[in-house]
Amino acid sequence: MATHSLTTPLTDADIEKLRAGDVVRLSGVIYSGRDAAHKKLVELLDAGKPLPFDPRGAVIYYVGPSPAPAGRPIGSAGPTTSYRMDAYAPRLIALGLKASIGKGKRNDEVKKAMREHKAVYFGATGGAGALLSMRITASRVIAFEELGPEAVREMTVRDFPLLVINDAFGGELYATPNLPD
Amino acid sequence: MREIGAAEVSAAVARMCRSANTKLPDDVRRKLEESLARETSEAGREIFRQLLENADLAFKTKLPLCQDCGLAVFYVEMGEDVRVAGGLNKAIIEGMVAGYRDGFLRKSSCDPMTRRNTGDNTPAIIHVDLTPGDKLKISYMAKGGGSENMSRVTMLAPSQGWKGIKEFVVRRVAEAGPNPCPPVILGVGIGGTFEYAPRIAKKALLRKLDDTHPDPKIAAMEAELLAGVNALGIGPMGLGGDITCLAVKIAMAPCHIASLPLAVNVQCHSARHEEVEF
Repeated sequence: MATHSLTTPLTDADIEKLRAGDVVRLSGVIYSGRDAAHKKLVELLDAGKPLPFDPRGAVIYYVGPSPAPAGRPIGSAGPTTSYRMDAYAPRLIALGLKASIGKGKRNDEVKKAMREHKAVYFGATGGAGALLSMRITASRVIAFEELGPEAVREMTVRDFPLLVINDAFGGELYATPNLPD
Repeated sequence: MREIGAAEVSAAVARMCRSANTKLPDDVRRKLEESLARETSEAGREIFRQLLENADLAFKTKLPLCQDCGLAVFYVEMGEDVRVAGGLNKAIIEGMVAGYRDGFLRKSSCDPMTRRNTGDNTPAIIHVDLTPGDKLKISYMAKGGGSENMSRVTMLAPSQGWKGIKEFVVRRVAEAGPNPCPPVILGVGIGGTFEYAPRIAKKALLRKLDDTHPDPKIAAMEAELLAGVNALGIGPMGLGGDITCLAVKIAMAPCHIASLPLAVNVQCHSARHEEVEF
């Protein structure tokens, strides 16, 4: 398993280097978005309106952070479960989104979109929200402020610790359960 | 009739909400340390190291252990000879709202259809059991959505028995896979009715992870389910490994002669709960 240091925006060349199981330290600007924000992003696309950020080369982090206390850019900020964004993700991947960050399984449509458009799915450690918060150096809401914790934020990360769960070649890291027949 | 002031109850509830979200219970922490020593998968051990570091950091910085500070669930045991002046529910809700606001905890409650956030984590989910005497015990649990979504209730046929129960529980954890943030803790409710089985399943999650059920038959059932689930090999965060589940806690209740209700309440490793007695 290789270790890569990557900086956003990500390119096809960045994605082609990655294999399921690789460790990635991600730096640069990423965007937060979870359930309600994804619904609104797709509504903007349906209405022919621009997204609040350029999806090309972008990374979306499925996170709804806790409020920032004084002196911190953000509160606790670990990943939420990704399958709830599966209904929306292929649309964004087709527009050039290069990676999403979350936890848990993706469906076949998302995996297919990642293969077709060269994108990956990163896992961050669920329930390590305080630890992950330390790697976020700046955060500001750029859209849908009314959604509170679900608003879209532009966040700057430094060496954000990730694992490649699904690569762009059909590889997957998650273990298959040993179910008795 | 003994009387307790609402302000006293509210203040204690606010303290519990803040404390439980930033300090992992000692038994959970011990279990994570034991798991780090026992897990043979290196990816799994790395997860346990991160979770222990996260717990230290949360305690030190007072950032929540997890950004999902949950819906606030309360199990109340209320003596029949005690009352809360001004009302028990109001006191709990006011304490919860203050705790989540002042502790910078995430408000995760929304309208089920419009999905509009209620803004203050209300309502709290409050279960009250009346007990003899004049004591009041309030247990608080921060129940996150990721693990709650992987929970299930089913009505088995009595003929399915223990074999059916075991199959359902193991399959549920297998299907949940990495989604609920394994290693998980399982609260299993067997018996009662359609609504009572999950109520006792969730309450069982308040038990200490290293306790032993006083009924040896139930203790053996818990051990068998734990072994069955850990044989799945899902491992920490679904990365593969020996430890998919930290503990199984069973609660049983008599049920209808036609029924075998079964509830599996999945709890993530960040099992945040506290209790206070008056």
